[in-house]
Amino acid sequence: MLKTAAVQAYEGAFNLLERPMLALQKLFGQSRVAWVFLLPNLVIFGLFTFLPIILNFVFATTGGDRIILADRPFVGTEHFASLLDCESYFDPNSCHRDLFWRAVGNTGWFVLMQVGFMILFSLITALILNRDIVLRGFFRAVFFYPVLLSPVVVALIWKWILQRNGVLNAGLEGAGFGTINWLLEADWAFFWVVFVSIWCNMGFYVLILLAGLQSIPSDVYEAAEMDGTPRWRQLWRITLPLLMPTMLVVMVLSVIRAVQAFDEIYVLTGGGPGSATTLLIQYIYDVGFSTRPRLYGLAAAASLLMAGVLFVLTIIQLAATRKQSGDN
Amino acid sequence: MKTTLTTTTLGLILAAGAASAQELRFMCYQDGTECAAWASQMPAFEAENPGITVVVDEVPYQSIIESLPVQLEVGEGPDLARVTDYGGLARFMLDVRPYVSDPAAIEARYGQSLAWARVGDNNADGIYNIVDQLTATGGFANKTLFDQAGVEMPGPGATFAEWAEASRAVRDAVGVDFAMAIDRTGHRFAGPAMSYGAAYFDENGDPILVDDGFRSFAEQFVAWHEDGTLARDVWAGAGGGTYQDAAAEFINANLVMYYSGSWQIGRFGRDIGDAFDWVATGGICGPVACTGMPGGAGIVGFKQTEHPEAVGKLMEFMARDDVQAAVLAQTRNIPANSVLQEQGIEYQDVSDDVKAALTTFAASIPTFADSAYALQGYANNRAIYTATPARITQAIVGELSLDDALARLDADIAEAIAQ
Repeated sequence: MLKTAAVQAYEGAFNLLERPMLALQKLFGQSRVAWVFLLPNLVIFGLFTFLPIILNFVFATTGGDRIILADRPFVGTEHFASLLDCESYFDPNSCHRDLFWRAVGNTGWFVLMQVGFMILFSLITALILNRDIVLRGFFRAVFFYPVLLSPVVVALIWKWILQRNGVLNAGLEGAGFGTINWLLEADWAFFWVVFVSIWCNMGFYVLILLAGLQSIPSDVYEAAEMDGTPRWRQLWRITLPLLMPTMLVVMVLSVIRAVQAFDEIYVLTGGGPGSATTLLIQYIYDVGFSTRPRLYGLAAAASLLMAGVLFVLTIIQLAATRKQSGDN
Repeated sequence: MKTTLTTTTLGLILAAGAASAQELRFMCYQDGTECAAWASQMPAFEAENPGITVVVDEVPYQSIIESLPVQLEVGEGPDLARVTDYGGLARFMLDVRPYVSDPAAIEARYGQSLAWARVGDNNADGIYNIVDQLTATGGFANKTLFDQAGVEMPGPGATFAEWAEASRAVRDAVGVDFAMAIDRTGHRFAGPAMSYGAAYFDENGDPILVDDGFRSFAEQFVAWHEDGTLARDVWAGAGGGTYQDAAAEFINANLVMYYSGSWQIGRFGRDIGDAFDWVATGGICGPVACTGMPGGAGIVGFKQTEHPEAVGKLMEFMARDDVQAAVLAQTRNIPANSVLQEQGIEYQDVSDDVKAALTTFAASIPTFADSAYALQGYANNRAIYTATPARITQAIVGELSLDDALARLDADIAEAIAQ
């Protein structure tokens, strides 16, 4: 009875749409009517994605501190040349824009450490949570919970923990140890920036890896058990190879997110001490908005260089995905 | 015929209503209670000027510094705002001289601070700003900590070096975390640097930054961070040109001596209460001079307003002696209005600490060096204020040698001025 009603409703809707569809086809022709449906999406995509990209190019090739394009003189590749003007790219002090190269170096280290350790910890956590342990549901929720928090809230909580008179130092002092200014020593500040970033993002990747683990057929493990394959060999020969497509997705997503890291670090350390935790996005923000004069062109050029790096990473991901699809 | 007449009358009434209903948006930040104090005056203004309503939008200082200029650049933003960056916003400001009934009265009362906005292409006799809070940088000391430590507090005319020595002695005796702290901004750095001989401008009035005096204070400043005299948390605790103060540490009695400015007085009066005794030291001396930096927040109108006449009326109202006196009584700020400076302000419910601090800071303003006033009125001063902490901090944390940091600072400022 219900099914009949649903079918009737569907047919009613179909009949209702038939006339306008036929009219559209008649007006634009059958082959072009698809563009009519794509148009709203294309307009939105053009306005909010393509136009800003074009504007970014325009800003990157013009100078001055004005926003109105008509007031900005054309400077060509001056900003790019200024950013890339270095005697040695491994020594920021030899660069014209030393803070840019410090930010590039920090971002490189941050991506390497954050992504590397996050994937490792996410994998270990997912492997444990995939087993039949006590309170499994509770622990899955616990690991995912930080993902739901705003990065600013996360950073403020950790700031209270790590500051001079924070919870961590109080605990250390109570236990008879000395205290450390965690956010004022460059190495420690960088460590905590990586740690907090892993802490608040790991749950998301654990969830993806868990889904990947659960999609591995159990009969493969049963066959291995029957053959007497030890656990570590099952992990190495079955789990990891079959999880590789999921790992690849996790890696690409986490690299892109790590390159774009900003809010939690900005609140936690402000990019300091000095420029020890200033990453590329903060450099772009500082140059474009918080210092005087506002160098919109330089900020746009730096963001385009960063976009270029992300573009290369995305191409590598696509190539790797295609290769894996071909292998499978 | 009757219908046509009725429609025409209705149309005229609506048109007249639309023309007379003018809503002014006033973007306001506050150190203490400034926005609330101004909001309390608006009913009186609206009663005097039927058809004009004023909406006071309270925003954080960061919005005034970062968002407001971008809004103005694209022709958006409020009709008026309470700002401190007169040089940076000068080209957006509205000259309200044509719209005020008695420009001479405003000129007579606010002449010195009016000059701060008469920069760039602005008219040399324009009325662009009504300063409602004259400020001076200077020190605050926790008297109770000095008493507990049995250390004699340095008196008027004492140098930074003397304060550093005394503050260290107090810190060590009573076991608080910090001896001294200076707000993380080039504005607070400038007063002491001038006291150490920094000129900031050459004899032609062109800006110079790193001279022997500037270098001398920078060396001392970094050395005081290395030996723990200055709180490392303030300057090393952030990156870039980010502003950071140490008011919370002073309020929590965790800091012996704090170099900030008169705008903290209201907050200290409110938040410290009678928890401990504190005193304002005013300007502190160096080997060459005893100067702080003058400054002040003021109300400015913007060219893009649709109601310039109403903005002019409001600014004239805000400039009036009785209105300023009422606002200052609530905000506990130093007046920029010369009549009120002479008369004095009857501050409401203020403690002796607050009264004494206001007197000390107000008295220090006329003693400031000419270069301090020149820097305050300099159009590119904010470039100096943001570049200084960015580079000096790099020397403090060891990313750059002091020589390299100062060379980079000079280059940053030269580039900013060239823009």
